[in-house]
Amino acid sequence: MAQEVTKEKSMLLQKKMIGGLFDELAHVKESGKKVVYTFVPGNLSELIRAFDMLPVYPEINALQSGMKKRSGGFIKEAEKLGHSEDVCTYVKCDVGMFLNGNKGPADTQIPPPDLLLLSYTGCFTFMKWFETLDRIYPGVEVAMLHTPYQEDGKITPEMRAYMVKQLKEEVIPKMEKVSGKKFDEAKLKENLQHSADAEDYLVQIFESAKHKPSPIDGYFAGVYYIGPVNIGFRGTPEATEYYKQLLIEIKERIRLGKGPVTPEGEMKKERFRLVVEGPPNWTNFREFWKMFYDLGVVIVASSYTKVGGVFDLGFRHNPEKPLESLSDYCMTVYTNHNLPQRIDLLSKYIKEYQADGFLVNSIKSCNSFSAGQLMMMRTLEERLEVPVGFIESDLVDPRYFSFSNIKNRLDSFFQMLEQRKIILNQKTPVA
Amino acid sequence: MSDKTKNIDQILSFCKEAAFDLQFTEAAKCKAAEENRVLIGYMPIYFPRELVHAMNGLAVGIMGSGDRKQIVKGDAYYQSYICHMPRGLIEMALDGHFDEMDGFLFPSICDVIRNLSGMFQILGKGKFAKYLDYPQDFNRETGGVFYRNELKIIIDHITKINGVKLDKDRLNESIKLQNLNRRMLNEIYDIRQQFPWRLSAVELYHLQRAGIVIPVEQHNNMLHDVLDYIREDVGTPMDKIKVVVSGSFCEQPPIGLIRSIEQAGCYIVDDDFLIGSRWIEGQIDDQSDDPLTALANAYVDMSTFSSSVYDVNNHKGIRLAALAKKRKADGIIFAAPSFCDPALLDRPILQKDCEERDIRYISIKFSENTGQFKVIKEQVGAFSDSIKLWDEPVTV
Repeated sequence: MAQEVTKEKSMLLQKKMIGGLFDELAHVKESGKKVVYTFVPGNLSELIRAFDMLPVYPEINALQSGMKKRSGGFIKEAEKLGHSEDVCTYVKCDVGMFLNGNKGPADTQIPPPDLLLLSYTGCFTFMKWFETLDRIYPGVEVAMLHTPYQEDGKITPEMRAYMVKQLKEEVIPKMEKVSGKKFDEAKLKENLQHSADAEDYLVQIFESAKHKPSPIDGYFAGVYYIGPVNIGFRGTPEATEYYKQLLIEIKERIRLGKGPVTPEGEMKKERFRLVVEGPPNWTNFREFWKMFYDLGVVIVASSYTKVGGVFDLGFRHNPEKPLESLSDYCMTVYTNHNLPQRIDLLSKYIKEYQADGFLVNSIKSCNSFSAGQLMMMRTLEERLEVPVGFIESDLVDPRYFSFSNIKNRLDSFFQMLEQRKIILNQKTPVA
Repeated sequence: MSDKTKNIDQILSFCKEAAFDLQFTEAAKCKAAEENRVLIGYMPIYFPRELVHAMNGLAVGIMGSGDRKQIVKGDAYYQSYICHMPRGLIEMALDGHFDEMDGFLFPSICDVIRNLSGMFQILGKGKFAKYLDYPQDFNRETGGVFYRNELKIIIDHITKINGVKLDKDRLNESIKLQNLNRRMLNEIYDIRQQFPWRLSAVELYHLQRAGIVIPVEQHNNMLHDVLDYIREDVGTPMDKIKVVVSGSFCEQPPIGLIRSIEQAGCYIVDDDFLIGSRWIEGQIDDQSDDPLTALANAYVDMSTFSSSVYDVNNHKGIRLAALAKKRKADGIIFAAPSFCDPALLDRPILQKDCEERDIRYISIKFSENTGQFKVIKEQVGAFSDSIKLWDEPVTV
């Protein structure tokens, strides 16, 4: 493996964007900008931007606290207050961060919210999280947007109507009240067009992993790729520019036949291609990734990178139907898919990305993902005769990352893949 | 033994059996009694049973396998850090316990129950398996309309199975029966608040749980007789504190746990064990020209508080404190199943609400198959003693 990677232009662009956002957040007192706390799945980035407000994503703060090795302490602080060891560690990390002065991952002050926008999409814990925040920030305006679950694998006109009515009667009036600005539909439409453009690029970026060798890692690097759309830049020209640049770089990698960029440089030889279900562990992210790239294992597609939108199934934000489009967006994010839909999506990934295996990283404190994963695994194994593997960790609780357990399981899984390759090659008739 | 006592003993004995009959024998008998009768299984917490009743069906509460069934296959479907209840339900599904059921409903409680609906779809259990997405918007014109449509989907499913179309008068009649059921259950709680020794918490639990697996008419007759019995001065009071138990609304506590709490010096004067039976706080309009809308409006206007319900506009901690006050309880026991997201995520909020109001509380965790109660009994006993010996009486 080569030494530390040289940062590409897209990486620098992203760093500048995110740094700029945290800087803006740290200076809202001076700028007078209003702050909206909300969640990634089903986020209404374009609408928030249409009111010239700034988003804060508590789960992004939590995962970044995890990457910066701060989450363990935050979680213990929350547990001292009575938060159970059994529940979502993002919530506990967020509570602990608040108790420690609400300094964000960039070491800058995260301002308190002016609006708590609860986009209740695909995760029950979000609701409880915002009930907790409601008590932490008493008196702050709270807007609730309940996103119906795709229980029957489809979006009905009644589901859409329910969403649009909530947007019109609950969300937008509260945004107007908090921001002091009238809703500007033209501005929203403009933002939605930017989103659609960025989404086009994003789909091409993820689908580039269909190439052999894959020029990207669709999970470990993928979480960086979804950064801008999931951290509040969806609907901005900066996001479109970022994805355009990233796609240029990826196309160049394809042209040169190069593999993915890892923290230690370019991955030289692609041995196995995997599809991964479930979020990554953040506390030991690089160690975790290293277990894969050291052995030439590339993740060609993942479900986690679709929590902010499953754009590869065709959804695009539509400026012609702004509120309907925002509604459909919320309803189509991965965790709002029912189990059969999730299995179909993963099945499609395994086939279309020519994966050698399927791996579940089951997260202790995330039932939205974890409940049902064993059945998903079993179903995919039966349906596709694909080797399946299973590991366990947590989002941001370092106590639940066991390096040797995960490494042992992965090594066994990769050995199985190796054996299978040998057997399949023996069976392949020589032309 | 008087005839009345004998009758109550028979009722309670029947309920004890029916409540934990994992073969759902009574429901099966009900189905066999009439052509085109359907059985619709529903998971906790709440489902308007009157809807199925009006369509020649029986809504059957499925509250888990409890400590009555060894889990073998179910564990292969769930990681160790997921609550116990769904693994019991999968075990029961795979072992044919639900074979008489025509459909399944999974009311929105948490992500585990939500995803379980998809697992039933994949397993092909019943003629339908629907996640019932209760609105978290409590506005009649928004959440109410959405919920009404959810109910219409269920109606369509049932019509497809038995050909019965929803009739306005029949639904009004079913609502009337269920109103009576709720009224009588609430009256039992009201009497027990003053005289909890007249019917033990375990007996009440059996009575309530049996009620969700048998027809409402049959249960109403039982409630009528039990009420008649406990209105009289029966039983012997003991020196115990009064408590409200909160947090056991989905996965059910084992009977041993309820018994342990009472044996350790507490009278349980209110609880959320089977709160679905008393979910609607009040009477649903049973004379409506649009009874389906009446059901929907009842949900958005008259729902009780619960960890599964968004509460920013109506804090559940305040409602729980008000309940404890109404019941003249000496304290609250938070009893949540292990790994129960809704109850455990709520716990710090509710505990803080108690502290701000000087309400005494303790917190325990359990699983539906917990078999050892010694530690819990000691904890509850110490709680009871501390209140009896050191506190002023009635602190709420």
